[in-house]
Amino acid sequence: MINIKNLHKKFGKLVVLDDLNLEINKGGVFAILGPNGSGKTTLIKSILGMVIPNKGEILYKGESVLKQWEYRKDLNYLPQIANFPANLTVVELINMVKNLRSSATNEKELISLFGLTPFLKQKLGNLSGGTKQKVNIVLTFMFDNNLIILDEPTTGLDPIALIYLKDLINKAKEEGKTVLITSHIMSFVEEISDEIVFLLDGKIYFKGSIDEIRRETNSTTLEIAIANLIKKQYA
Amino acid sequence: MLKILKYSIFDLLRSRWSYVYFFFYLLLGFVLLFLNSDMNKAIITLMNIIIVLTPLIGTIFGIMYYYNSKEFTELLLAQPIKRSKIFMGQYIGISLSLTLSLVLGLGIPFVAYGLFKSAAIFDFTLLLVVGSFLNFIFVALAYNISLSTENKIKGFGYAILMWLFLAVIYDGLFLISLVMFNEYPLDKFSLAATMFNPIDLSRILILLKLDISALLGYTGAVFKAFFGTAYGMFSSMGILILWVLFPVLNIIRKSNKKDF
Amino acid sequence: MKNIMIIFLLFSLVGHSKTIEVCSSCKTKSIQVAVSKAVDGDTVLIKKGLYKEFDIFVDKSIHIIGENNPIIDGEKKGYVFKIQADNFTLSGLTIKNVEQSYTKDYAAVLVMRSKNFRIENNILEQVFFGFMIEKSKYGIISNNEVSSNAQKEASSGNGVHMWHCKNMRVEGNKVHNLRDGLYFEFVSHSFISNNTSYKNLRYGLHFMFSNNNEYHHNEFKNNGAGVAVMFSKFIKMHHNTFHFNWGTASYGLLLKEIYDGEIHHNYFEQNTIGINIDGCTRMNYENNHFVRNGWAIKFTGGCYLNSFMFNNFMNNSFDLSYNSKLNDNKFEANYWSDYTGYDLDKDGIGDVPYRPVKLFSYIVNQTPETLVLLRSLFVDIINFSEKVSPVFTPDDLVDSKPIMKEIHDKY
Repeated sequence: MINIKNLHKKFGKLVVLDDLNLEINKGGVFAILGPNGSGKTTLIKSILGMVIPNKGEILYKGESVLKQWEYRKDLNYLPQIANFPANLTVVELINMVKNLRSSATNEKELISLFGLTPFLKQKLGNLSGGTKQKVNIVLTFMFDNNLIILDEPTTGLDPIALIYLKDLINKAKEEGKTVLITSHIMSFVEEISDEIVFLLDGKIYFKGSIDEIRRETNSTTLEIAIANLIKKQYA
Repeated sequence: MLKILKYSIFDLLRSRWSYVYFFFYLLLGFVLLFLNSDMNKAIITLMNIIIVLTPLIGTIFGIMYYYNSKEFTELLLAQPIKRSKIFMGQYIGISLSLTLSLVLGLGIPFVAYGLFKSAAIFDFTLLLVVGSFLNFIFVALAYNISLSTENKIKGFGYAILMWLFLAVIYDGLFLISLVMFNEYPLDKFSLAATMFNPIDLSRILILLKLDISALLGYTGAVFKAFFGTAYGMFSSMGILILWVLFPVLNIIRKSNKKDF
Repeated sequence: MKNIMIIFLLFSLVGHSKTIEVCSSCKTKSIQVAVSKAVDGDTVLIKKGLYKEFDIFVDKSIHIIGENNPIIDGEKKGYVFKIQADNFTLSGLTIKNVEQSYTKDYAAVLVMRSKNFRIENNILEQVFFGFMIEKSKYGIISNNEVSSNAQKEASSGNGVHMWHCKNMRVEGNKVHNLRDGLYFEFVSHSFISNNTSYKNLRYGLHFMFSNNNEYHHNEFKNNGAGVAVMFSKFIKMHHNTFHFNWGTASYGLLLKEIYDGEIHHNYFEQNTIGINIDGCTRMNYENNHFVRNGWAIKFTGGCYLNSFMFNNFMNNSFDLSYNSKLNDNKFEANYWSDYTGYDLDKDGIGDVPYRPVKLFSYIVNQTPETLVLLRSLFVDIINFSEKVSPVFTPDDLVDSKPIMKEIHDKY
């Protein structure tokens, strides 16, 4: 589904992605982990076409995505900080994104799921961070696509919303979709991920299941395993 | 692009600042006409204001809109939309809503004071055309600055500096160089120097209407050919269009290369 | 029988004078023949038709009158009428095609050493000179239209050209597309009024060495250089309109070496220079209206004791341009549209003086190309600083009593 070859990205002198190769060919939840500044978001944004790589190739469904835009119809993306135009209301924003993509949606279900109905007519500028993130989730999950990319989806969510989010992810997994997630909440990752992609110094340092990573680092939990991996960088 | 344009305009029309800007011009128009019912004088005063203020407002609006809607832009970037369309949509949205504020804000008082029966209608129309051009040019320049400056404060600073340079400092340097080299024939130089500054160019366009009697007092043949015929009007307009076109093309070029 | 009665009555009314009719079917077919047949007091009545004649010489006190616009075609052979007579009339004629020359001043009508005459309601077309009046007095030239198609100054002449005349009246004429519309040299005690002079190559009105004349209610428009008046004393100019005289050396009115004149209630609109004042002394300028000129007033030579009061200066690019740091002229109680002061005591007079000379006008005098910076914000800033502390402009050149509102005793 996604095939990344020899991806390079520099910001000024700072090398963020250094000859990165990644292939994901099946459904499931893939957690992209790594220390701060390891290139997680850059990798995701490269797939989305928001960051333009210096070198390398990114194929989605067998076709290059560089300088293209139509392929984004076939993926859902949840950005890191949900900061929307302050003057639009929730319903206007949802309608706008629907209008922009013109594919089938199921936003009504999601709105009631996250209890957003009372906020629909409110301006986005007046919403709390958590509510905005809920709107963000609705915007992401209302389309039915095979690839879902979530950048820090848990930010600001209350426990119930978090449970619903997990349900949504699990449902997607059951439907055989591919979900890419970055998160700093290891318990959340441990609970939902099938596979871990660990980035270090712009390269994929480790790719495998949670069990594999635990075994390799002799750790009891994912959190400790990741901590051990990161420690190596500091050493 | 039309969708983005629609939403940008929609967004701007609901923001407080568009109204502040609109009411500012409305008030200005009425006050000017109330203080002296001489439409010509009001137009001359307006010209002084428009030439300095529309670039400033356009710059500030462009910069503010870009930085404030950065996350929204990122949301759009993840949608299946071509990059250039996103930025063009936003750019045209801001420029149009500013132009709308200007045209309505000034148009209403002048029409109320009998513009259509007045001979000043051509001068006034020219004023609005020039003001609109300045909106489009300076929003584009502001977008160029903000696209190449990540830091909001820095971007704001550069933009204000650019305005200050084009509105005041440029003319100062221009004047000093003319006075210093006044033994040399300078008419070509002075016309060329005018073309390189959109504010000066707009000023010249308005001078062609309001101060033609003074402009024709100068002896240079180049001046005469420029100011004395329709040539000046057309070439100034043409270059103003280029002043919109080049920054806009640069927005497209820059935005296609930029990482978000 | 009735007709005979009427003719008899007519004859008895005009005394013993008779009328000689000229037309293609009349007994007299030529104007020149009719004139030579006539005696003092007779009328030569020229009927409708085309007469190809030139150098028609008139030396008698007769009335030459055109009926239904007869056309006299000079066929570009010299003068058409040459008149040297007192008490004559010339009216109702259309005269065209006067010879052009670089050596002789051919005119449609040449009047020499005459007095008490009347030239009216004629139309002169394609002339070299129109009316050339020399050494004459007590003549009236009224309601004529003189035009040509002047292209070059050297090969074109003037509409009404007077030389060494006295007590003349030039009224209600229309002169256009000539070299100078109206030209007076050594003319005195004359009145020039209600004329319209436009699209002339050089001057709409031009006079020199002509004292004690009065010019009023004339209109001068689109002339190459406007109106030039030089070396004259005691002239009065009022209620004239000077407009749209554009060009590098164009002005509404050029005053050169004029003494003791009165310029009032005139209207100067959209001229490159409203009034160019060069070496004029003891002149009063009152209640004039300067609207949207490049320079409302430009001083070029030494000017002393001129007084400007109750004038309106409206939206001129520059109100005043001054050539020296010394000022001996008075500006008081004018309305200046650029005035930004206030009137706290509400007496209609601004509480702070107005400085009509801007630093920028000084700079433009030095470096004319800087004109392209007119109305720039930077120029406003330097003008302001000069206003606060004058360095380059005469610091005593102020209107200490600027009027707050447009003066409506106008025009």
